[in-house]
Amino acid sequence: MVETNNLLPARYRGPGDRVFKTVIVLFSSVIILLAIGTALVIYLEARPTFRAFGYWNFLTETTWDPVAAVHGALPFIIGTLLTSFAALALAVVPALGVAIFTTEYAPWWIAQIINYTVDLLAAIPSVVIGLWGIFNFAPMMRERFYTPIYNWAYEDAEWLVPIIGAPSTYNFVTATIILALMIVPYTVALSRDAIGQVPREQREAAWALGATRWEVMRKAVLPYARTGIVAGILLSLARALGETMAVAMLIGNSNRVPFTLFGPAATMPSVIINEFREAVETLHYSSIMAVGFYLFIVTISINLLASYVQQKLSITKGGL
Amino acid sequence: MSIRATEQRETAAGEIVGAGGAATGVAATGGNGFYPNGRPVKKIDGTTVRMETEGLTVRYGVSTFGIQDVSMPVFDRSVTALIGPSGCGKSTFLRALNRMHDLGVDIEVTGAAILDGENIYEPQVDAVTIRRRIGMVFQKPTPFPTKSIYENVCAGLRLVGMRRKNVLDEAVEKALTDAALWDEVKDRLRSPGGSLSGGQQQRLCIARALAVEPEVLLMDEPTSSLDPNATMRIEQLIQQLKEQVTIVIVTHNMQQAARVSDYTAFFYVGEMVEISRTQQIFSSPREERTQEYLSGTFS
Ligand SMILES: Nc1ncnc2c1ncn2[C@@H]1O[C@H](COP(=O)(O)OP(=O)(O)OP(=O)(O)O)[C@@H](O)[C@H]1O
Ligand SMILES: [Mg+2]
Repeated sequence: MVETNNLLPARYRGPGDRVFKTVIVLFSSVIILLAIGTALVIYLEARPTFRAFGYWNFLTETTWDPVAAVHGALPFIIGTLLTSFAALALAVVPALGVAIFTTEYAPWWIAQIINYTVDLLAAIPSVVIGLWGIFNFAPMMRERFYTPIYNWAYEDAEWLVPIIGAPSTYNFVTATIILALMIVPYTVALSRDAIGQVPREQREAAWALGATRWEVMRKAVLPYARTGIVAGILLSLARALGETMAVAMLIGNSNRVPFTLFGPAATMPSVIINEFREAVETLHYSSIMAVGFYLFIVTISINLLASYVQQKLSITKGGL
Repeated sequence: MSIRATEQRETAAGEIVGAGGAATGVAATGGNGFYPNGRPVKKIDGTTVRMETEGLTVRYGVSTFGIQDVSMPVFDRSVTALIGPSGCGKSTFLRALNRMHDLGVDIEVTGAAILDGENIYEPQVDAVTIRRRIGMVFQKPTPFPTKSIYENVCAGLRLVGMRRKNVLDEAVEKALTDAALWDEVKDRLRSPGGSLSGGQQQRLCIARALAVEPEVLLMDEPTSSLDPNATMRIEQLIQQLKEQVTIVIVTHNMQQAARVSDYTAFFYVGEMVEISRTQQIFSSPREERTQEYLSGTFS
């Protein structure tokens, strides 16, 4: 006879396993329920807005006027997308450069110093960066760059004026630069991990073919790491979309579209943080919730996309 | 220590000489007595030496020796097998032959590895060029997983700037045919290299190494992850390849060493104990340690 005991799946053996499994399942369900619950509550609170304006019209309406009880999220959506993608564009190339330099080129102690510095940058609280931006960076930028550029455009390139706009201290470009600064550490760390996970054999295979350092990077390392890097970039994007404090402090908070480069703008997180205290009207309050709800959806989608990229496209699973 | 090393060198050379003048089947490079680079050919007992090490020592960190004072010849267009217990320095030696140790941190290589009469560790020698001439196949198949089968094979040619499609096509077909993989993949050259089976991947890696037409091919346990069938194909391949290429192969499989190699070097704790013609080392090894290892009485 076959011993049936050995045929039982491992999970039925031993009480320790069962306790461990129960605890794990319990904790993960709590986390999942919390996430779903939060989304549900936000949705319910936002419902008056959806009822008043409709899901789609709320998204495409450009007026946000609590006094007139007209609420549209488009300015904030535009602001969020523009600042995030612009910040990402600013951050990705330098971040990849730093990641490649520290993993492949720098002597270990220089790499160490750079890595610590970058990690430190990630540890600075958003509000502290915002403070530095308010008192040092933003005035400096306005004085050194925005005003001279505006003056030059006013004289010599008038067509540029509507695009760059009259320079205010707290504006779109300043917020974007600070946002880029804030996501660089994430992009660096995530692409560093992706590059670090490329097996030594892959590098050696390229070396053995007579590849130079940069060729090893380009032919073996980066292609192997690319899904990790893309996922890292997506996660950085999700962070940029949700980044609140520093942006709210530096963007100038104006919901008048179209935005200009040197003029104030607003983002979804910034309008929430700026207005939630004053939201006494039901519709105003529920509209803030609705903005929050859409923000939640966007960042969740980006995160899901990132993990999809990581799993479905991962090399170890045979995909491309 | 240096006395011992000298002794050993003499033993090694003497043994080869003692192996008799039966240098049949081993064609000499540059019949005019010169290597392709113009240096005079070195022969031991009438057989051309393609590579040679002199007092080659590799240290990992300050104290750990990978190999110590290894001096041995590698004969032109022949197969040299490296055998010995695990950790005795076979891979270390092999990797020293195409300067792969340059890439490791804290690895120190001293002594000489001579290719065509020129020490590849001379400061003016470019390691990248050396690696283009001395190909390598690793124990674990390492295809570039995101690249197609086709691109895997021409990776090395692309590195030297080859773009002409007909040249690449031809090289790919030849390399894959030589690696006994062409028939299996000719209809799916565009599918990713990672989509092949382990044995096919290893043959792909061999094709990749062959496509650049190396002069010397280093193989570190190339069949250890393969089934008997795939192993046999690769052994046949090695037999064919040695008509054109000088091969050094690390193997744990004594039968394999006996089947494929012309010369066998026995390594033991970082030293090269004995190198002889393969029939000789398996029938009557000179050194007691070799004998003990081959008869399996070693602990
Ligand atoms: N990267 C390394 N760092 C430190 N020591 C190493 C390193 N690589 C190898 N060694 C040491 O050098 C010695 C020789 O190792 P090597 O890999 O050359 O052995 P091997 O003969 O190829 O063994 P195997 O048959 O198991 O592959 C061993 O003692 C090993 O521990
Ligand atoms: Mg080894």
